[in-house]
Amino acid sequence: MLVHLRRSVVMAAVCLLVFGVLYTLAGTGVSQLLFSHQADGSLGPDGSSLIGQSWTSSAYFHGRPDDTGPYAANPKAHVSGGDNPLVANGVPGASGGTNLGPRSKVLVADTKALVAYWHARGVDPTPDLVTTSASGYDPDITPQDAIVQIPMVSRATGISPARLRRLVASVTHGPQLGFLGSSTVDVLQLNEALARLR
Amino acid sequence: MGYFWTIATLVVALAVTWRYLGSYMAAVFDGRVRWLRVVERPIYRALRTDPEQEQTWTRYAASLVVFSGVSIAVTYLLLRVQGSLPMNPQHLGAVPPALSFNTSVSFVTNTNWQNYAGETTMSYFSQSAALMVQQFVSPAVGAAVAIALVRGFARRGSTTIGNFWVDITRCMLYVLLPVSFLAGIVFVGEGAVQTLAGTATIHDVLNGVTQTIARGPIGFMESIKQFGTNGGGFLNGNSATPFENPTPLTNWLSIYLVLAIPFALTYTFGKMVGSVRHGAALLGAMVLIFGIWVGFTSVAEHQANPAVAAAGVTYQPAGNMVGKEVRFGDTTSALFGVASTSTSTGSADASYDSFTPMGGFGLMTGMMLGEVTPGGVGSGLYTILVYAIIAVFLGGLMIGRTPEYLGKKIQAREVKLAGLASLVMPLAVIVLTAIAVSVHAGRAGPLNAGPHGFSEILYGLTSQANNNGSAFAGLSANTAFYNVVGAIDMLIGRFGVIVPALALAGTLAAKGVVPESLGTFRTDTPMFVGLVIAVIVIIGGLTFFPAVSLGPVVEQLSHGRFF
Repeated sequence: MLVHLRRSVVMAAVCLLVFGVLYTLAGTGVSQLLFSHQADGSLGPDGSSLIGQSWTSSAYFHGRPDDTGPYAANPKAHVSGGDNPLVANGVPGASGGTNLGPRSKVLVADTKALVAYWHARGVDPTPDLVTTSASGYDPDITPQDAIVQIPMVSRATGISPARLRRLVASVTHGPQLGFLGSSTVDVLQLNEALARLR
Repeated sequence: MGYFWTIATLVVALAVTWRYLGSYMAAVFDGRVRWLRVVERPIYRALRTDPEQEQTWTRYAASLVVFSGVSIAVTYLLLRVQGSLPMNPQHLGAVPPALSFNTSVSFVTNTNWQNYAGETTMSYFSQSAALMVQQFVSPAVGAAVAIALVRGFARRGSTTIGNFWVDITRCMLYVLLPVSFLAGIVFVGEGAVQTLAGTATIHDVLNGVTQTIARGPIGFMESIKQFGTNGGGFLNGNSATPFENPTPLTNWLSIYLVLAIPFALTYTFGKMVGSVRHGAALLGAMVLIFGIWVGFTSVAEHQANPAVAAAGVTYQPAGNMVGKEVRFGDTTSALFGVASTSTSTGSADASYDSFTPMGGFGLMTGMMLGEVTPGGVGSGLYTILVYAIIAVFLGGLMIGRTPEYLGKKIQAREVKLAGLASLVMPLAVIVLTAIAVSVHAGRAGPLNAGPHGFSEILYGLTSQANNNGSAFAGLSANTAFYNVVGAIDMLIGRFGVIVPALALAGTLAAKGVVPESLGTFRTDTPMFVGLVIAVIVIIGGLTFFPAVSLGPVVEQLSHGRFF
């Protein structure tokens, strides 16, 4: 039994060194060497293209409502809805979805509030715009999700709907490799392009 | 159409992997692969073990149990003193005792159930050196048990079943390490984060939002998290977060990595026992059930979410998008979910709690079948071999002969051990769920009301007993009650199957082989595949039907009612 114990302790130490420390350091080294932009979080001047942000002004396209409507007003009411990566807008939290089940009364009420949120802005929302994501900061919407917001953005910015439609098309990413996933629009990229247009 | 090609490319990639990773792993465990011997040799020297010297099943099991105990203790200690350790840019303090206990058991048993949010609880050192280490070790332990059981069938009149230390070392060095490293590079190239720097704070002048973004050495943990069927992510949102799983390509890669070893081990089995047809028969049983579950769950998730429909959004062409990421979509998230729950992985690229009732049913029952379709690294193979023994026993009863499998007579001792191994998990799930719903501390857990609240408890205890680790995450399980009950659940589900499986390996290895005759019940035919499927579905179905009826089935049937 003692021999098992000694070997276990040695093995645990070896694994900690090789797979815990060396593997992590080697992986970090290779990543920083080859892909330092991605490895650091795909950060640009306005944020990470991979991390959704809260957009509330009608002059910009909005992302999934992970931080808006009922999820912005009272984030504590939900397990983790309405938060950003670590601390956003002063609200601490962690990534994650609302975890509301498919027959949840709370989900019905929240969705109704989100529909009203969009109607108040003159937008007839698509399902993506009234449902929250699993990460809590989905960076993407579909082209259709952007197109339905064009009346709102056009009214606030004075840019013609036709120009906005071309703008959305210009930042639409097709399915990866032609078949993986569907067409997406990165909300930050879209809004940065919109800001340049003004 | 995109979904069709996603599945088609996965099938092709996994078929190639089955053949070549399968034979490679046979060579690894036979000791014929040596390209890392500069690392391998010193490890054996440090352990003072002779790689040629084998162990009896009792010594093999004792090594495994003691090593797992030491691993739990080391992981626990590292989490408890994390505040004094390096690589802690957020200056996170010690992890509380009950949570540390649950987490260390969770990672050592290949469960990766997480009662914490990684980004606000664990330092980079804890993530890498305490938790990710076990993502290499625990699948290697599972694979070692599977290979020991395979040797039991392959050998005749042998008192030994291999050397535990050599088996886990080879699995980690020759299988897990190289693939994880290469896949890690792909993850980072696509956008997964891999840095030792702390959080990034960014102010966006366009919308006036200031974000503090969690980062860390994530990408290389992501690859072993999937490839070792571990599932424990760096961030709370797991594979749904773009920093863990940035693109549809990494999502595809995740599904591929999760399924690669569990399927390929059936080839390894066939090769080592000298009959690839026998491996293909087990693969057939796994693939048939897996395929049906993928189809069922994908269709379920392509339906409208009832609560969203009740709020007036009845037209949901993209299916249920509550708790799903736009870049993955409904059906691919369902495929990911089934891959993750039918192996013992438990990673999540969507919020499983928000799946439709029948989608959640697909995930939950994927685990309830005992994690054999294809199951976790090693655990899938040794558990399905247990079911195969029960299947030949039933077949033998039907034709009135002593059953045999691969020339080994299956007698009272083998059937008893197989029966024990197959009943441990259901027993743990049902008894502990009954306890959880009977006490206040247990009932306080669920977020959702009504049948879905019960589903959250049932799902959690099913997940932990099957060493899966996925969750209906509305369950608030970071309580003394759930931390302790969950840890017991995971320990029973892991070692309650491993020890009987190793005992089986020992008794089978000692047996001689009876020559095949005309009366032998063939175990490499479609008939046998059907029998194995029947055993898996009947054991799982009969045991769990009443419990599942109270959860997702009631929820599905509650048309127009909300809780």
